[in-house]
Amino acid sequence: MNNELIVTSSPHVRARDSVQKIMWSVVIALLPAVFAAVYFFKARAISVILTAVAGAVLTEYIFQKIRNKKIAVKDGSAVVTGLLLALTLPPSIPLWTAFFGSVVAIGLGKQVFGGIGQNPFNPALVGRAFLTAAYPVLMTTWTVDGVSSATPLSQMKMDGIATDTWNLFVGQIGGSLGETSALALLLGFAYLLYKGYVNWRIPLAMVGTVFLGTFAFGVDPIFHLFAGGLMLGALFMATDMVSSPTTKLGRWIFGIGAGLLVVIIRLWGGYPEGVMYSILLMNTAVPLINRYTRPRSLGEVR
Amino acid sequence: MKALTFKQGIHPEYNKDLTKDKPLKNAKRPEEVIIPLKQHIGAPLKVLVSKGDQVDMGQKIADSDSFVCAPIHASVSGTVKEIRKVTDPGGNIVDAVVIEAAEEDFLNSGLEKHESLDQLDAAQIRKIIREAGIVGMGGAMFPTHVKVSVPDDKNVDYVILNGAECEPYLTVDHRVMVERPKSIVFGLKALMKAASAPKGIIGIEENKPEAIESMQDAVKDEENIEVQALETKYPQGGEKMLIEAILGREVPAGGLPLDVGVVVNNTSTAAAVADAIRDGKPLYERSISITGRGINSPQNLIYRIGTNIGDLVEEAGGLKEDAAKVITGGPMMGAAQKHLNIPGVKGTSGILVLVRDEVEDYEPSPCINCAKCVDACPMFLMPTQLVNYAKNDMVDELEEWQVLSCIECGSCSFVCPAKIPLVHHLRLGKAQVMAKKREEN
Ligand code: SF4
Ligand code: SF4
Repeated sequence: MNNELIVTSSPHVRARDSVQKIMWSVVIALLPAVFAAVYFFKARAISVILTAVAGAVLTEYIFQKIRNKKIAVKDGSAVVTGLLLALTLPPSIPLWTAFFGSVVAIGLGKQVFGGIGQNPFNPALVGRAFLTAAYPVLMTTWTVDGVSSATPLSQMKMDGIATDTWNLFVGQIGGSLGETSALALLLGFAYLLYKGYVNWRIPLAMVGTVFLGTFAFGVDPIFHLFAGGLMLGALFMATDMVSSPTTKLGRWIFGIGAGLLVVIIRLWGGYPEGVMYSILLMNTAVPLINRYTRPRSLGEVR
Repeated sequence: MKALTFKQGIHPEYNKDLTKDKPLKNAKRPEEVIIPLKQHIGAPLKVLVSKGDQVDMGQKIADSDSFVCAPIHASVSGTVKEIRKVTDPGGNIVDAVVIEAAEEDFLNSGLEKHESLDQLDAAQIRKIIREAGIVGMGGAMFPTHVKVSVPDDKNVDYVILNGAECEPYLTVDHRVMVERPKSIVFGLKALMKAASAPKGIIGIEENKPEAIESMQDAVKDEENIEVQALETKYPQGGEKMLIEAILGREVPAGGLPLDVGVVVNNTSTAAAVADAIRDGKPLYERSISITGRGINSPQNLIYRIGTNIGDLVEEAGGLKEDAAKVITGGPMMGAAQKHLNIPGVKGTSGILVLVRDEVEDYEPSPCINCAKCVDACPMFLMPTQLVNYAKNDMVDELEEWQVLSCIECGSCSFVCPAKIPLVHHLRLGKAQVMAKKREEN
């Protein structure tokens, strides 16, 4: 033996998971939705997605460079943010807007808080919220095959027109790039679940609450499950590890809270959609939720 | 038999195949032993020999009047060469008696031999256990006679023997269970009598079917003793986890198993108790697994306390070229050593050598709040939160969030994808709370 022995504190073995593996698995899990987007929106989808991802990665790189931090873009977290943001955008969005949205998502949504792990909000949603506020018209112009159409939710809200459930599920509808196919999103989610990289309590609670809530108020619950960004939001954004609770009970509360907000906004709010604000609002409550849902430790009397 | 278990925990790779079928054999008799004079949790001992003294194997060389302590015995017959400071496997600098071995060993412990437990009462058994210097051999080294001394206001109904051996790699308890089941049962009955406990249970993880079979065979005529299979999951052998799994009882925070009517001992400890009672043999030797991919010929040895672990490593074929880390104990809770020039003690159950490929340089990255640590913690703590508090010296929060309940099992660090050394920070956090408590008193 000609080398020094290594001395570190226990444990001396570790599981093989890494942040990088988790993030790239999320990217893989989003691929079915990406393919669905490309299938429905053709080349347009590709350019929006690539632009958003490039914007996110570049912004991350520049921030890390300026702050003299280790360049960690290969951890995949910026790619996830760019992808998620792209999937919430309408296909007709100008590319510069998509790019700008990503810059804001990473810059304001993540890096100002200190980078990975520090952000209280889901960065992609911050980007999307910014774009919705700054460019409301661009963000609500929907086209399918060059023909502009309203989303099922706004049709329902404004004109009371319902969309066929099967089309909702498979994705033959107007809407954002990644919102249209619940099937593709569920496929990706199943993959993450299998890898153990996602928790199921939040989406189940959120979707379940929307289902029961809309049902209770006499509107079609199936429609509300598959319409709009609920699936994308519940499966991939509310479950963002950094900005969701760490306790099991906390996850239930987070999901139910977000679900209730969706119902309230959709049925009584000014917006046809509501997922984005619901999740962002619940994000603010996470420290509180963690605090009050700390599990009783083994043997603790309280 | 349905395998029982506790909630949460982890599934590391067990790697027991390296040594699980290697029978225990006696290590070469050392020419010199360096016996540290503190091999227990409790009061320090006074040395009873001086330089130049002739000592016999099994002769007491250090003891104290305190209740919570365990005397130490010579592990060879020979001459006391010197008394000097030595670094023990725990990294503590302690006094040690160095004995140069004579040609031959004579067992001379002053302990009587007892064929059966019938003529012994509880107090006598406890006395023998104390005089034999027996401590918890799983690694904690808590004096065994203290464990079975039940205060008047407490009642113990179970003695549980821990045969889980949940640390990956180690196969010591496994081998003892396969090779010496009758001794374990005898020791268990002695411990039950000492603690006035009517029932005994031997808990063994399912990944040791030979041990389960061997122990089941040994207890088939015992009315009050059962073998219980346990799910293979780390840290199944933790005292609190065992009690939770087998009896569904929760040891109160800051309390002892005694508080829920249980005494837990290691299976190897029970065998040592049998040796003391039947053969008048104090705890001067023990079994050890020398294992890992960095060892040329992994095996299970019985060695004299105070043997240089470098010699044991040599006996197992020596280190491989790419050996990178030497650990006393198992990979989850053991201690990494700077060099091999340290003596093995009563709690040293393994020497694990990892190779370069297995020792990644983990560079911690920021916590991503994934909660894997929270979901793994067998004590239901929130490691990520506690570490935050520890880093920011938030002592009140540390205490409120129960940092003192942490058993340092390492499950949280194991699962953390950001490779944060959580246990390290938790230890510091515990120290902060302890310091505050001392100040208040
Ligand atoms: S916090 Fe302590 S008890 Fe919990 S997993 Fe980590 S080391 Fe084990
Ligand atoms: S496992 Fe590591 S990254 Fe995940 S929450 Fe715990 S400390 Fe943070």
